[in-house]
Parts: sequence; structure tokens; C-alpha cells
Amino acid sequence: MTTDTTDQLREELLAAVAGANDAAALDDVRVGALGKKGRITGLMKDLGAMAPEARKAFGQKLNVLKDEIAAALDSRKQGFDAAALNAHLATECLDVTLPVRPEAKGTLHPISQTMEEVAAIFGLMGFEIADGPDVEDDFHNFTALNFPPGHPAREMHDTLFLDPADDGQRYLLRTHTSPVQIRTMMTAKPPIRVIIPGRTYRCDYDMTHTPMFHQVELLVIDTETNMSHLRGCLQEFVRTYFGVEDLTTRFRPSYFPFTEPSAEMDIGCSRKGGELKIGNHGDWLEILGCGMVHPNVLKACGLDPEVYQGFAAGMGIERIAMLKYGIPDLRTFFESDLRWLRHYGFAALDIPSVTGGLTR
Amino acid sequence: MKFTLSWLKSHLETTATLGEISAKLTSVGLEVENIENPGAGLDGLIVAQIADAKQHPNADRLRLCMVDTGTETIQVVCGAPNARAGLKVVLARPGVTIPASGEVLKKGSIRGIESHGMLCSAEELKLGADHDGIIELPADAVVGTPVTDVLRLDPVIEINLTPNRVDALGVRGVARDLAAAGLGKLKAMNDAPVRGVFASARQVKMSLPSGEERKCPEFVGRTIRGVKNVESPKWLKDWLTAAGLRPISAIVDITQYLTIDLGRPLHAFDDAKLSGDVGPRLARHSETLAALNGKTYSLDAEMVVIADQGAALGIGGIMGGEPSSVTASTTAVFLESALFDPLNIAATGRKLQINSDARYCFERGVDPTSAAIGAEIATRMILEICGGEASALVIGGAAPDFKRVIAFNPARVKSLGGVELPAAEIKSIFERLGFGVATLKAAGGSEIWQVSPPSWRADVEGWQDLVEEVLRIHGYDNIPPTPLPRAPMPKVVLSPQQRQVAFTRRSLAMRGLNETTTWSFLAGAHAELFRGEALRVALANPISSDLDVLRPSLIPNLAAAAGRNAARGLHDCGLFEVGPSFHGPKPGEQALVAATLRAGHTTARHWAGTRRVVDALDAKADALAALEAAGAAISALQTASGSERGGAPAWYHPGRSGVLKLGNQVLAAFGELHPGVLMALDVKGPMVACEVFLERVPQPKKAKVGAARVLLKASPFQPVERDFAFVVDESVAAEAVLRAVRNAEKDLIAEVGLFDVYQGPHLGEGKKSLAISVTLQPKDATLTDEQIEAAARGIVAAVEKACGGRLRA
Repeated sequence: MTTDTTDQLREELLAAVAGANDAAALDDVRVGALGKKGRITGLMKDLGAMAPEARKAFGQKLNVLKDEIAAALDSRKQGFDAAALNAHLATECLDVTLPVRPEAKGTLHPISQTMEEVAAIFGLMGFEIADGPDVEDDFHNFTALNFPPGHPAREMHDTLFLDPADDGQRYLLRTHTSPVQIRTMMTAKPPIRVIIPGRTYRCDYDMTHTPMFHQVELLVIDTETNMSHLRGCLQEFVRTYFGVEDLTTRFRPSYFPFTEPSAEMDIGCSRKGGELKIGNHGDWLEILGCGMVHPNVLKACGLDPEVYQGFAAGMGIERIAMLKYGIPDLRTFFESDLRWLRHYGFAALDIPSVTGGLTR
Repeated sequence: MKFTLSWLKSHLETTATLGEISAKLTSVGLEVENIENPGAGLDGLIVAQIADAKQHPNADRLRLCMVDTGTETIQVVCGAPNARAGLKVVLARPGVTIPASGEVLKKGSIRGIESHGMLCSAEELKLGADHDGIIELPADAVVGTPVTDVLRLDPVIEINLTPNRVDALGVRGVARDLAAAGLGKLKAMNDAPVRGVFASARQVKMSLPSGEERKCPEFVGRTIRGVKNVESPKWLKDWLTAAGLRPISAIVDITQYLTIDLGRPLHAFDDAKLSGDVGPRLARHSETLAALNGKTYSLDAEMVVIADQGAALGIGGIMGGEPSSVTASTTAVFLESALFDPLNIAATGRKLQINSDARYCFERGVDPTSAAIGAEIATRMILEICGGEASALVIGGAAPDFKRVIAFNPARVKSLGGVELPAAEIKSIFERLGFGVATLKAAGGSEIWQVSPPSWRADVEGWQDLVEEVLRIHGYDNIPPTPLPRAPMPKVVLSPQQRQVAFTRRSLAMRGLNETTTWSFLAGAHAELFRGEALRVALANPISSDLDVLRPSLIPNLAAAAGRNAARGLHDCGLFEVGPSFHGPKPGEQALVAATLRAGHTTARHWAGTRRVVDALDAKADALAALEAAGAAISALQTASGSERGGAPAWYHPGRSGVLKLGNQVLAAFGELHPGVLMALDVKGPMVACEVFLERVPQPKKAKVGAARVLLKASPFQPVERDFAFVVDESVAAEAVLRAVRNAEKDLIAEVGLFDVYQGPHLGEGKKSLAISVTLQPKDATLTDEQIEAAARGIVAAVEKACGGRLRA
């Protein structure tokens, strides 16, 4: 037995491995080399008859050969397996251009989204959210807000009244969210910072008015807040809400029975070519009404106007949504047209946050 | 309120441009709504004179004009029949934009003759409809000057007057505000008394009952005789027309003029049509009056009329009467300048539905000192325009005292207004506005002023109003913006419930539903179908009969919305709304409800074909999702089916609906909508819906301390799953069987699932089979076969006991 023998055997066996054309032929090679009656197995059996010195040397060689052939067999086998798998996979074919199974995509209404955006901004300034009933009495909707009975300003509100209730009172649908100011001031102790979003109602229905709409009201009551804060607070709001960092604002004197001094705020815009654009383009767009809470309102809520002061502001949710998102017609907000809801609506996970991005 | 620039300038001496005036008006709170400026766009047009005009050699209707521009003579071809030598005309040279067409004029050649300009008609300049000929300028117009200097085009300013600005009801008040704001000087006004040359035979008789005098506290009258009620002069007619009024006759127009000019309505009666003394009294019940607007009004005893000894002549402070009105043949008038109570005027105007300029002024509040002044100014104008002679004034009652003093600390301008202003400037603003200021030293050393508002500022009541006056004139835009002071790190501002409502919304949207917003009201007939135990809450003045009752449920509006979408071809529809439903007419008798409605199929048609028609369990899934988002413990809920007592309300299908209850409290109702109800709503079914009563979801009693969860104890031992099939009566609720299983081995059972419901002939009549998988999860050691067997026996026994079920063979 010589080295030549093992070298020759290696060559033969490796050639046989390489020459096997399929898994069955390869298995024959394996049996012929490593099986019970295989050639390497046979040589192993012969070792016992050899002298110890020679046995040791030849045994080592045989083991190396055995490992080498086993590895070659293994590698060849993996090749056959992969080919077989590939051949099988080639028969399993799906048309991946098929449309996926449909899933309904839900949306949030622009009014909800806008309310959350507003809450996200004012939340950073420490405003909490207050709410109140849609059905109101004359006291909360008018009298406490310094609309004296018979005052012409009451008529400007086109109030929707209910049939008299069993207690003889004639209740009404709130014409603004301001009655919640009264409810808040009568129950909470200053300092107060609240926003009040909600449904409001007026007896008016045309191109630009709907009998129901939404407002958000702001109320700040403490001992120090003045008109400069009012302007600063609202300016920060419109800049953040519209995403225009240096948006200019204009303050104009106005009149509301429940504020004194009263103001209206305009923001910069452009109307060139019939298209409205928010920004510093030289034109002005009225955006909200506001003012310092009227002393009579404070008194009606049991607060001393010589001690407490603060501001109130209110704006239309639909209006600011229309301006920001380019929604052309107020009436469409209430039509429940699926095409509109899907087009102007917001994804379920599109949660507005000032730090995370207000608008996707 | 509309007035022309020249009218404003009759009170205001100013060099300000129209643009500056407009900006200042808005800045002082007299918001400019619109400016019509007929002179705009006339830049570059000049006065020229036709030196010579002869026939165009190639056209019958055209003339060849040599036109003097003041610097040269140019040739212009003109088609106007009135183009003649000597005429002063409006010339447009090449390069000028023609207002009507908006096009820039080019040098051209007309029928072979060069034309170096255009002679303009009124229509071409948008100054009128006259296109028959070119404008003929007055002979004294200076050739070469801009036409805007010659045409005296008067821009019309329209302001939006807020109801508090009683002082600016008249043009003079507007001028006064502008002057105070530094835009010029208020001109003096001649309101000196006109000397009466005779004593009025007609006296004033104040006949308001005691206690009602405030309804007309003062009545100033005067007879003017020998007048000619001519046509008004052109300037007066132009101003009134620009203000939106119709000139009638000089006497009427003078009263109209004073209403706009001073905010002081007056009335002139034809003296010959009166008998006896004249003055205010209460109307008699059902007394009628034929008013100047051609309508006859039935009055009541709250209203004030001006009457003579015979009949009511006019509705005091609102509108005069037809029979006593002046006409072209009037030769003597009795002038009325009275004061009325704003609230009573407002009430009377509202009841009679008359919107007159007089009502507009009186219900806001007319300057209480203006009755006599108005009479004097009107008299002077009548004498000037109509001739005649005036009697001495006859006066009934007296003007109420308007004088009052407001204590004012100038430091308030900073503390409330947020503006730092020197005291001297504050004082100057008050004085410019006509307020009196007296300084008092207060004990603490800080100055307290005594500020007395002028007669025309009835709206100024407290020191806050005074701060507004200062800010207004100083300019609101000069209020510096200061951010609201706030905590360095924002705090949580939403209540747990507010967060849950927001989360509920988004959870429902995640389920593929589209959120909508529908009216809080609907048609009464539809509301009735969904009223249940709620009261009917009807609107007294609904916008229409379709929207006349507050909604007792959100479902009918959603169903109608789905119906509208189906009509557009969108049959598969999933909507939700979170909003109020109303169960009574009083404040607070409303509930916050999340409602969903599905119609059509679960998805669109598609190749995998797994869609199905929506059913009550889709609505149940929506209800459970909403409840879970709202914080309800879903595992503690029980379902009661529609057929049980206290099941879903009547607008649901009785056999395919239910309620989700926590104890006795119904948190939600769900199911297929009743086909009869859908038919009444005129929509096609089936539709499934749920209503979740968000406020009924119990809130944790106390805010949790910390956000830590209960420690997870995941067992290392192998769970075992066993399946059971129970045969029970058809009427047995699946939930009862599942509950029995769950309760059988509480410690061991981790999961219970229902994976098949089967009904078939071999089960027997009225039976069903429920296939249930149970996961047993040991905690301490792997389960032995004996333990598993024992648990299975326990489960079977529990179901048998609770529901009469037996294992299916």
C-alpha cells in the first residue's frame, strides 16, 4: 500500500463525483466509496493487518481522503438539491401583477382634523378644552354675554329657537361657542385658559352659510393678560396653523357685545388671478374676531373686572379648514359625499402634532 | 353706509389721498367695505380741443379732426357725430389704456388716414352708457390738463358700520374720527339758530303717558311757510344717489341728506294737511297708518306715533305717513326733529318689519343734543333751496342728560391695552375725539382722570371703552404682539375622556369607515322613527321642514347619507359620525354618540372573491372597537340580543340586533336596521349600524399613578389545545356557551374560540352545533393526560349544566 494508491483512488473518486449526473448516480458513487463495501471502507478494514507504524501513517491518509470525498459528495448533493428545488419552484408561478385584495381606507372628517390641529397648537400654550351643550338658554347665549334684551346685535345672530319646553322657557341652539365661556367662568377659578370647539347654529342657508357650522373659542382669564398677549397668541397660532413662519397679521377695531376693546384680525394673502394664497402678498383676509372680555361679562360670571381681565377670540373651523386645505364650498362639509370624504379626509394615523409636524 | 369723497371733504379738510383715507378708516374701526372710484383708470387722458373737423375722404361716417393737445396739433380720425370744431374733448394718445376694453391704444390708420389718438365717449371710459357721441367737456376746461381734474369724479366709499358706532352714523362723525386720527381738520359747521320771523301757530303736544316719556323725550318742531318744493340741486341729488337713495324733492332730500350727513333723521309734514298741535303719543291698539313706502301698517299700543289732533301722521322715528307727506305743490312744511328710545324703535321696527334709515339711526342711538341742531341746519337748507320763511322753534320735552364722568387711570392703556403711551398723548386722543379730561391726583400718587364723553358717544360706558378709544386712534396695528407666557414644558391638556373620543374616531377610521358630519336636525317624520323614549325636540323657526327637529339618533342622517351615495353609484358605504343626539329640549339633554353605518358589501368585487354583504356582526365589531377605544373593558361586556327585553331599539331588525351591556347599563346598540324603517326613510337596505354611548363608558375612578403595566407572567410550559363540539338548542346564545366554557376551569383556560356553527338534519330539529377550541395553559408544570381529561370533563359538565348542551357524537 502506498501513497500512490490513495492518490490514484482520490482522483478516481473525485472524477466519479464530478461525473455523476443526478442524485441517484451520486449515491452510487457514495456507496462505492464509503458504503459497507466501498473502496475506502475496504481499505479501512485492511488497516488492522498492517504493522503499527505503517498503520498509523496510512490510517491518517485514509482519513483525510475519506473526509475529502465526503465533502465533495456533500457539495455535489447540495447542487442537485438546489437544482431540484429550482425546477420545482419554476412550476409555482403567481401573477404578481394581480391587484391586492381590497381594504377599505377610512378617513377623518376635515372638521375633526382641524379641531385637533387647533388643539395641538393651543395645547402647547397651556389651553385646556372645554365644552358645553348645543341647546342653550337665553342667559348663557346672550344676556350674560352682554347682549341686552332687544339689542340689535341679537338680531345679527339669526337664532334658531326651540318650541317652548314644559318649563315654559324658550331654549335655543347656541349661535356661537361663547356661552361655554360663561359656563367655564362660572365654574372654574382663574387663571383660566381654555379653547372651546363645537357645533354652532344660525338660521341661514346659502352659498356661504350653513344652518350648522363649527367654531372654536378661546378664553384666557387672569389678572395680567392684555391685548398685546392677545395679538401675540393669535399671531403665533395663525403662523403655526398655516405653516407660514413670518405671516403678517393686521388688527382692526371691531365690535362684539362681549368684548371691550374688540378687534378683528386679518392675515396676509393674495387674491391674484382669483386664487387665494395665504402669505405676505399685500392683501388682507379676515380670519377671526377677538377682544378683551367685557367687564359686564366678567360681572355676570361673578368675577370682579377691577381684578380679573383676559381675552376671548373665536373663529370658524370650516373657514380655516377651507383656507388651509383649499376646500372651495362650505356646504360640501355636510353632504357626506363619499368621494369628498375620501378626497378631503385625513388618514386615521395622521395625528397632528406641532413638534411632529402639524400637516402631513 | 355709503358716501362720496367730496361729501366727506365737505366736513374734513385734508390733503390725504383716497388710499390714505381708506386705510385710516379701516384702522379706526370704520372698515371700508368697498370703494368705487370712477376716476381710476383715467390716467393719461387729457383735455384737448378740436381745432378743425372735416369729412374723411374715404368714409361717409368718419371725420378727420385736427386736435390741439396744448403742446401740438395732431390728426385724429373720429366717428362721433358730435365731433365738431371748437369742442373740448377727452383725448387718449397711443400708449394709454382704454378703461372699457382694457386695451392699450396704438397709433393706427383708419381707411387710409393716420390717426394719432382717440376721442373718448363716456362708455369707453366706463363713466356711463352713452356711446352716441364723444364726451363734451365744459368750455372752460383747460387744454392739456388731466381729465380727472375736469370731470370731478367723485369716488364712493362704503363702510361697514359696527352697531356700537353711533357717532359715525353720519358723514360728519366719520370726518371727526379721521381728524382725531390725524388725517386732517374737522371743518366748522354752521348750526347757529335760524331766527324765527313769526311764531308757529302749530304747537308741540307731548301726549305720552306718564312713565312712557322716554319713548320720545324731546320733540322740536318748526313751521316754514312760503316754500317751493323744487327739484334738488345737482350736488345734492348726486350725493344722495351715491348713498343709494332716490332723490325725490328738495324738502324730502334735505331730510334724507341730514340722516346721512349727521345721522340725524328728520321729517317734514305738509303743514296744510295737519290739524291742530302735533306731537308724540302711543299708537292705539289696531290703529292703522298708510306709510310712505305704500304699505299700511297695523300698530299696537307699545309703539309711538307722531299725531295731530286727528290721526297718526307717522310711525315715530321709523317712517312718515303718506297722507301728510310733502308734494311738489307743498307751500308750507312742519318740520319734526325728535328723539326716540332705541329699544322701542328696535322693537317697533322688528314688529312692523320696516328697515328704514331712520330706524337704523334711532335704534343705535342718535346724539341726544341733535334735535334742535338738526332742525336749524335743515331749516337753513330749506330756506336756501326752497325759499320761504321760518317760524321760531316749538319744543316739547327736553333732551335727556347725556353728561357722565368716567374715572380713568391712564396706566390702564398699558395694563389692559398692552400699549405704552405717554399720558399726554392719551389725553390728546381723548380731546381730539371730543371727550373732556380733568385730572385728579389719587391718594397713591397715581393719576386718576375724570373723562366725560361727548353727546355723540352713548356707547362709551366704562374705562375699558376708553382704552379702546385710545388704541383705536393710536392704531390697533401698533399693539405689539407678546407671546402668552407659558410653562417651559407643555402639560397634558386633554382630559382622559377627550383623548378617548379622539382615539375612538381614529379607531373607527382604522376600520375603513369614513367619518362624516351631518346636521344636528332632520325631518320630523324621520326623527319620529328613531325617537324611542326621547322627547320630540322641535325647532320653532326651522330653516326648512326637512330640518325641523333635533335628532334623537345619529342613524337616520347616516342612512340618508348612505342612500345619497348609493344613488351616485357608491353602493358599498361605511360611514361614522361622533356627535350629539338629543333626548330633551333643555340644555344638557343630549348625549355624545359614536355611530357607524355600513351598507352594501364588505369590500369591492375582486378576483379573490371573499366579499360578502355587511351583516349585524360587522356593526357589532364596530361597536366593540369603539367601546374598546373609549376605554370599556370588552371582556366584561354582555350581549343581549334584539328579541330579549331591553334589547336593541325599535329601529333595528328584531332578530338581527342586540345591545352591549355592562351590568344593567347599555353601552351600545347594534344590528341590521329595520327594513320598515329603511323603507320609510326611502333608502335601500340592508344597512347595519351601531350607536355607542361614549359618556356611559365608565371612567377609572382615580388617575392611575404611573404607567406601569401588570407584570407579564408568561408560562414556560407547553399549552394544550382541545376542540369540543356541543349540540345545543338553536335558541341558546353562543355567548352563554362560551362563558360556561371560560368559567369551567378559570385558572387553566387561556383562550376560548368558536370556530364553527353548524345546523343540519341529523342534529335534530331546532338544534345547532358549536365547535369550540379551548387552550389550556398550565402555570406550574406540564399537564398530564389525567389533568387534561379532568379539565375536558369539567368543561363538558359546565356547558351541560349552563346550556343543556351535550358533546356531539
